[in-house]
Amino acid sequence: MNKNLFRLQCPIPKFDFDIITLAHGSGGLLTGELLESGVFNLLKNEKLDKRHDGAFLNINGDIAFSTDSFVISPIFFPGGDIGELSVNGTVNDVAMCGAVPQYLSLSLILEEGLPIKDFWDILVSIKYAAQKAGVEIVTGDTKVVERGKGDKIFINTTGIGKIHHKANIDIKNIKKGDKIIVSNNIATHGTAILSVREGLEFETNMISDTRCLNHLTLMLLDKFGHDIHFFRDPTRSGIAGTLNEIASGMNLGIMLNNENIPIDSQVKAACEILGLDPLYSANEGIFMAFVSESIANYVVDLLKKSEDAKNAAIIAEVVDDHHGQVLITNPLGGRSVVQMPVGEQLPRIC
Amino acid sequence: MKYLTEYRNPELARKVLNEIKNTVTKSWKIMEVCGGQTHSLIKNGIVDVLPKEITMLHGPGCPVCVTPLHLIDKAIFLAEKENVVLCSFGDMLRVPGSRKSLLEAKAGGSDIRILYSPLEAVNIAKKNPDKEVVFFAVGFETTAPSNALSVIHAQKLGLTNYSILTSHVLVPPAITTLMNDPESNIDAFLAAGHVCSVMGYWEYLPLVEKYKIPIVVSGFEPLDLLQGILMTVKQLEEGRAEVENQYVRMVKKSGNTSAQKIISDVFVVGNQTWRGIGIIEKSGYNLKKEYSQYDANKKFLIKTDNIVYEPDNCIAGDIMKGIKKPPECLNFRKKCTPKNPIGAPMVSSEGACAAYYNFSTMFKKISIKK
Repeated sequence: MNKNLFRLQCPIPKFDFDIITLAHGSGGLLTGELLESGVFNLLKNEKLDKRHDGAFLNINGDIAFSTDSFVISPIFFPGGDIGELSVNGTVNDVAMCGAVPQYLSLSLILEEGLPIKDFWDILVSIKYAAQKAGVEIVTGDTKVVERGKGDKIFINTTGIGKIHHKANIDIKNIKKGDKIIVSNNIATHGTAILSVREGLEFETNMISDTRCLNHLTLMLLDKFGHDIHFFRDPTRSGIAGTLNEIASGMNLGIMLNNENIPIDSQVKAACEILGLDPLYSANEGIFMAFVSESIANYVVDLLKKSEDAKNAAIIAEVVDDHHGQVLITNPLGGRSVVQMPVGEQLPRIC
Repeated sequence: MKYLTEYRNPELARKVLNEIKNTVTKSWKIMEVCGGQTHSLIKNGIVDVLPKEITMLHGPGCPVCVTPLHLIDKAIFLAEKENVVLCSFGDMLRVPGSRKSLLEAKAGGSDIRILYSPLEAVNIAKKNPDKEVVFFAVGFETTAPSNALSVIHAQKLGLTNYSILTSHVLVPPAITTLMNDPESNIDAFLAAGHVCSVMGYWEYLPLVEKYKIPIVVSGFEPLDLLQGILMTVKQLEEGRAEVENQYVRMVKKSGNTSAQKIISDVFVVGNQTWRGIGIIEKSGYNLKKEYSQYDANKKFLIKTDNIVYEPDNCIAGDIMKGIKKPPECLNFRKKCTPKNPIGAPMVSSEGACAAYYNFSTMFKKISIKK
């Protein structure tokens, strides 16, 4: 279902207040009202409904377990918001372990003064994202901090899921000759967020690509099993940072092919103007798969059938050369090193 | 991307490269003035594939690198004042001042905002009448028009809470200084395309005349640079010394006259300190008297030393004068890295040291199998 249609089905309940106050975190009547009419009612499921201190779960076998905190500004951005991001982020981290994400915890830290309307919109996004990913939110917590002690809303989510029976995801499985596939266009999320930062606003219709990736990774595991050697979603430090992290732990090197890296032309142009390198730009809706050479083209073909991975491409190869480093081809046939980023990329002067 | 993609065509680039190889017979030292060109030359591997007769020297055209240390201290002093919002271009933030960087001041609680356009700073001043908004106006001739325009806008809006801390530098006086330096050994220049898109290239005619050196206005894409180098080598081999324009799609001889008018309305040429090089006569812009109420230097009592000493063993000055290359520095890749920069050229993405550190495979202890 479309996100806007989904929102219409979740109208904001009638509260006696329009902003979050410290009383909402005190555990008293106002906390009760916020949780009962708000959180519990909206996110309703059998496990959450027990209203216990924790959730009772029954999972047999190996599980993957991951946590992430979300502290972004702005909290609403083109193509998504912090709620959706906080579900997708943890779902994707669990999925990258080769697991089927099943249950999430949700911890909200609200700053006094947050409009209830914003709070509700974020909650609805959380429900929407959870439904899309096929996970349940089974336990959680809400705290309120004084104005100025937070930044509107911070969210922590933790997720667990059972490892897929055909999965064997381990950095040690990466071999010489493995192809590295990226599931869709790079740098989309980072550039879309930048386009609405105060001081850098530019007119564009770029939107974040935040999405859950578990359906795609599970589809690949079902079909290719052990031939999938490694998954990773290149979030904060972009594909450059993530590939460097992986390479630094290996006795092998990574050779990126500049010409094959998929990127939207608007995103590319925005990066040119601001002097940013899309390789270092944040991503929220893509993953990289290290796969055996023999299946690489099949993986790309299969991914391309999905709307969420229609620009999938082989972007790099694992080589027995320049160990621990990532190199990239450049237009003249030369090669240069792709360094680990130092900090956040800063737009240049001219 | 029109006007970019075509200039990254590998086949055409190889053709021009071959033409350079067929033209060159003697050794030549060519300095690219602008840091953006340095970055592109190294990122695209051009320095690795040029014939050995051609040595590229990396010039002083990185605004972050030449902004004097005491001005960074001043910016930090202002940022740390109660009630001041300091606005800056992004890549100034990581440059170490004598005590700390702007990024560290930001972490310490100062209100420092990264902007892409100075006009945004005027907007912030308008929205926050109870705050003093200061824009750290650095750069070459390229950023001068928009910095000047921000002052004009502030005046039109009647804002009294906006000012700029200027550190503007100019290319032609820097070329003169380099040519007069007995240690420098430069045969020709690639002039900075974007500076010339504002100023034109008439200013370079007397330099060519006086020093008998070719100056070729060049763009930033691989094909631009290779073409610029080819035009320069042809002049050198033929014994000509002229101003030529490779970047015709952006640069006219007269430049952008409206932008020049805005600059001359707001700024006056004055002496300027260049980090690593020293004071160069008539090489910078200061605000004119009639705009002194927008001059942060006059508006605030800034208590910082005007003379601060550069970190030990930093050879940034020699690098920007083309006397040395980054790998010749004892600190390069050892004590001085982008994570812990000692000198400014390691900080900015346009600095020569950072370009060598980030992209060049030439000076790394890694084996690359053929």
